[in-house]
Amino acid sequence: MIITRRNILVGGAAGLLSGCDALGKNEDFRKLLALGEKGNFAIQRSLQDRMALAKEFRPQQRSPVFRMNGTRQPRGEAYAKHASEKFANWRLTVDGLVARPQAFSVAQLMAGPKRSQITRHDCVEGWSAIGKWTGIPLKLLLDAAGLKSQARFLVFHCADKMGFGTPYYESIDLIDAFHPQTILAWALNDETLMIGNGAPLRLRVERQLGYKQAKYVERIEAVDDLSKLYGGKGGYWEDGAGYEWYAGI
Amino acid sequence: MAKSESKRETAHPPVSQPQTVFRHRLSTRIWHWVNAVAIFVMLMSGLMIFNAHPRLYWGQYGANLDQPWLVLPRFPGWATLPSNYDLALGRHWHLAFAWVLAFGLLAYLVWSLFNGHLRKDVALSRAAVAPAHLWEDIKKHARFDFHESEARYNPLQKITYSLVLFGLIPLLILTGLTMSPGMNAAFPWLVDVFGGRQSARSIHFICAMGIAAFIIVHLVLVILAGPVNEIRSMITGWFRLSPPPASNSGDSA
Repeated sequence: MIITRRNILVGGAAGLLSGCDALGKNEDFRKLLALGEKGNFAIQRSLQDRMALAKEFRPQQRSPVFRMNGTRQPRGEAYAKHASEKFANWRLTVDGLVARPQAFSVAQLMAGPKRSQITRHDCVEGWSAIGKWTGIPLKLLLDAAGLKSQARFLVFHCADKMGFGTPYYESIDLIDAFHPQTILAWALNDETLMIGNGAPLRLRVERQLGYKQAKYVERIEAVDDLSKLYGGKGGYWEDGAGYEWYAGI
Repeated sequence: MAKSESKRETAHPPVSQPQTVFRHRLSTRIWHWVNAVAIFVMLMSGLMIFNAHPRLYWGQYGANLDQPWLVLPRFPGWATLPSNYDLALGRHWHLAFAWVLAFGLLAYLVWSLFNGHLRKDVALSRAAVAPAHLWEDIKKHARFDFHESEARYNPLQKITYSLVLFGLIPLLILTGLTMSPGMNAAFPWLVDVFGGRQSARSIHFICAMGIAAFIIVHLVLVILAGPVNEIRSMITGWFRLSPPPASNSGDSA
């Protein structure tokens, strides 16, 4: 009696588990689940002031070592050549739905207005590291290029190729693009950005998780629609692993 | 409804004739089962997310090169949702059922405040927490005596339910929100309350383990107290009392 009851319990639990796994593989159910994160996007945007800042820390609150993650050394001769030249010939282009496409050298960006911020980098995996980022506010580059009225997103094309040669890329909307803490960083903790941390240029979008902080940025493209790019979901991990495009939680 | 009305009007039926009382109102029963599903999904998808970085830290930051206070091996597949490693899908489950958990609790608490459930059934009277009475209840539990001669919850039960309702689940919700960089920008005080994102993550995990412990004890007690009667009462609302052996019937409310 007890044995059969236990069998029913164990069997039932196993059935439930495989049932949940099966549900998780169902495309429609995944879309239903994803509504939870879409809801987070909506509610966070309504609770947050557009200009609400991510917390900034004191210098002594920084992580002793800022963990490197993702690509630590982009593959390919082109990047290796840039690195050997200390990125003297690296160009950041700003194009797409803009009135005046731009191209900047790293030296030009470093000579421009800069913002420094000591912020916390939160990985989707759960760890956090605090570091001081210095760079040029993205807003200034966008003002120079003049966004067209159709532009709704900014896509960051990166020099690191991932599995099967797919390039890393990320995208943000205009609210984050014009946020005062959104910068293209060229220094971490007062030192020129190291290759493992995204040299020569790394995006900082401080109100979102780590995978949005694109490294090795070489092109910023203004677009009206993300579905036409790569896998259509607005980012390398969004396309490949199914992470949410909005990474505020 | 709250006056533990009995089916039969006789005040003290003979021991041989068990008395059936109305114990759980509809709102409690609905919340119980919705929450049971939500809690299980949250725990198992939470373990999936924990597996992505099975180390816990105190303070604002914490990564592989920092000092953790706890490092665990990864939880096995039968304990996680999904059962294979899939952080994105685990997050989809977790962040969808977080809404069910949080708004389910909110609806239940508001409803229970208005229908008197909290005041009449969960709140502890001064008499109930009197040391002597509490000691009696502890002894009764230690004897594994789960005869339930009253429709009401016993004091230890009330204390445990209060800890879960007003302690563990609210802390889980708040520390969960604290881990969100977006919420940090909206409500900066939240991260200050818990002393940093990594502290919030640690507290989140500790509370989740508290919930897991509660579930284990809860299920063991259901089995010891008579699973059919207990589960039926959480479905229909009606509970069959089991008076203690005639020798000690000195239980008072």
